Amino acid sequence: MRRLLTLLRRELSVFYYSPIAYIVLFFFLILNGLSFWFAIALLNRAPSENTVVQVFFNSAFFWIAYLLVFPVITMRLFAEEFKLGTIETLMTAPVRDWEVVASKFLAALIFYLSLWLPSLLYFIVFGWLGNRSAIGSAGQLWAPYLLLLIMGMFNVALGCLASAFTSNQIVAAMISLVLTIGFFFLTLINYVVNNSSPFLRDITAYVAQLDHMDSFSRGVLDSRVFVFYPSMTFLLLVMTYQVFQYRRWRA
Amino acid sequence: MIKVEQLTKKYPGVTAISDLSFEVGKGEIVGFLGPNGAGKSTTMRILSSFMPATSGRASIAGHDVFSDSLRARMHLGYLPESVPLYGDMRVSEYLRYRGSLKGLSGKKLRNRVEVVKELCSVKDVENQLIATLSKGYRQRVGLAEALVHEPDLLILDEPTIGLDPNQIRQVRELIKSLGERHTILLSTHILSEVEMTCSRVIIIHRGKIEASDTPENLVGQIRTSGTVKVEAKTGSDDPVQMIEKIPGVKNVSVNMEDGWQQCSIRVEANSDLREAIFRLAIARHWVVRELTQERATLEDVFVELTQADD
Ligand SMILES: Nc1ncnc2c1ncn2[C@@H]1O[C@H](COP(=O)(O)OP(=O)(O)OP(=O)(O)O)[C@@H](O)[C@H]1O
Ligand SMILES: [Mg+2]
Repeated sequence: MRRLLTLLRRELSVFYYSPIAYIVLFFFLILNGLSFWFAIALLNRAPSENTVVQVFFNSAFFWIAYLLVFPVITMRLFAEEFKLGTIETLMTAPVRDWEVVASKFLAALIFYLSLWLPSLLYFIVFGWLGNRSAIGSAGQLWAPYLLLLIMGMFNVALGCLASAFTSNQIVAAMISLVLTIGFFFLTLINYVVNNSSPFLRDITAYVAQLDHMDSFSRGVLDSRVFVFYPSMTFLLLVMTYQVFQYRRWRA
Repeated sequence: MIKVEQLTKKYPGVTAISDLSFEVGKGEIVGFLGPNGAGKSTTMRILSSFMPATSGRASIAGHDVFSDSLRARMHLGYLPESVPLYGDMRVSEYLRYRGSLKGLSGKKLRNRVEVVKELCSVKDVENQLIATLSKGYRQRVGLAEALVHEPDLLILDEPTIGLDPNQIRQVRELIKSLGERHTILLSTHILSEVEMTCSRVIIIHRGKIEASDTPENLVGQIRTSGTVKVEAKTGSDDPVQMIEKIPGVKNVSVNMEDGWQQCSIRVEANSDLREAIFRLAIARHWVVRELTQERATLEDVFVELTQADD
């Protein structure tokens, strides 16, 4: 446990000491700000049933920021260790392989979550300024953040796997971008395939991140999400572990 | 401390080591020698549990490096050949991180970090980013890292490469003094270093052990000949022709400098031809200003064992 914490502290410090982190944070602030501004502008123009939270989490700005952030924060994780050769010092210290995988995953997840804090702050300040009704209930505010955590786990794990495949960060980012976007658009199969079967629709409903967000931002929790994403995350991390070990042993 | 049995490692297309067996006892300082590509780093990487062997077994302090690798690794301080370090960390920060990863904490951790910074003379760069260190300092930081948790066994892959002569001497002394309490397996291409520090030498060539003995015994047993050096004014005589007639001489090469013939004479094993050459010189009225027999060195042993069938 202590070893895991040591590793985690190291991984986190790489995130928070690197300039990349602040560039990501900066773009995130801008995109979130735009999304927020867009939500308020929209609601000011015409009376609407929707809350600010709902509009925010269903805007294009939000989704762009959400999808692009995973490759950027995960590409470094394993690829850089292989590139620098530090994998050799890391893995000859008395640490278990799964501890290394877990610490990298957790650090990326924590960094990812911290990127959403400013937007949460927007909402809290906005509500505090006397627009409680435009925010909706507390549950309606927390539900999308819960979903961000759950879907984020899955996408961060995808990025971990991509990074374990290669020593080249750019290649890792490409693989992870393709996987992330691929999964995101999987539901579109239904629109492409003529009269798609109910079975196909059932399956793709599990990965319909747009739909999940739509219902969570209305405060409607979908229990399938809580089963599917955590178990997929676990599966992806097991695969990452295998790939990582395989590459090290072949090194 | 180290036990290696029939260890074989095959890379796709290359057999790096084949059927290697050796042991290193507690307190030994063993030099692991061999030409480039002999399989030294491969062996060390397997011993450090970085990668598994294709077949065979190896153990450290009684713990199998594959099946019980965590415990094996706790006994080990390892300096990889390329000395990989995190460039974004500062020296002290890196040593603290590695110490804590290897199970140190609190006061003990702080003490050990100070001690190894002192031992490896990196105190003057302790707050510098590792990315900005010179090659030699990186090497020293790597060594300090290997030592930080006071491991029973040190495996050092070319520890003195890239160091300046003062540092090489210092590291040599350090290794010698560490040898009093630690077991050390080190690879190097600087053979004089091995003669000075190691209690035993293992020479491998193409993944097989060619010799394993003390440096003195190896030099003593060497089958090749030594060399006799003669510097003389031979007048109109051709020294090569005349010296080659002496029984026991293998070949002679000559180099002319300022009227002096500098002859380098390869002679057969365990023979001393100085007397015969002296008598020849008297008979032919040569003026001699040097006549020495060079003793075989570890280098001769190395060359003999690893070039024989090329
Ligand atoms: N990852 C790898 N994949 C394929 N072949 C490898 C790999 N690593 C090493 N080899 C090969 O294995 C053989 C032994 O290499 P090794 O690095 O163990 O040699 P070495 O004795 O350390 O040499 P040097 O003195 O140059 O450091 C070489 O032929 C090398 O090309
Ligand atoms: Mg080597």
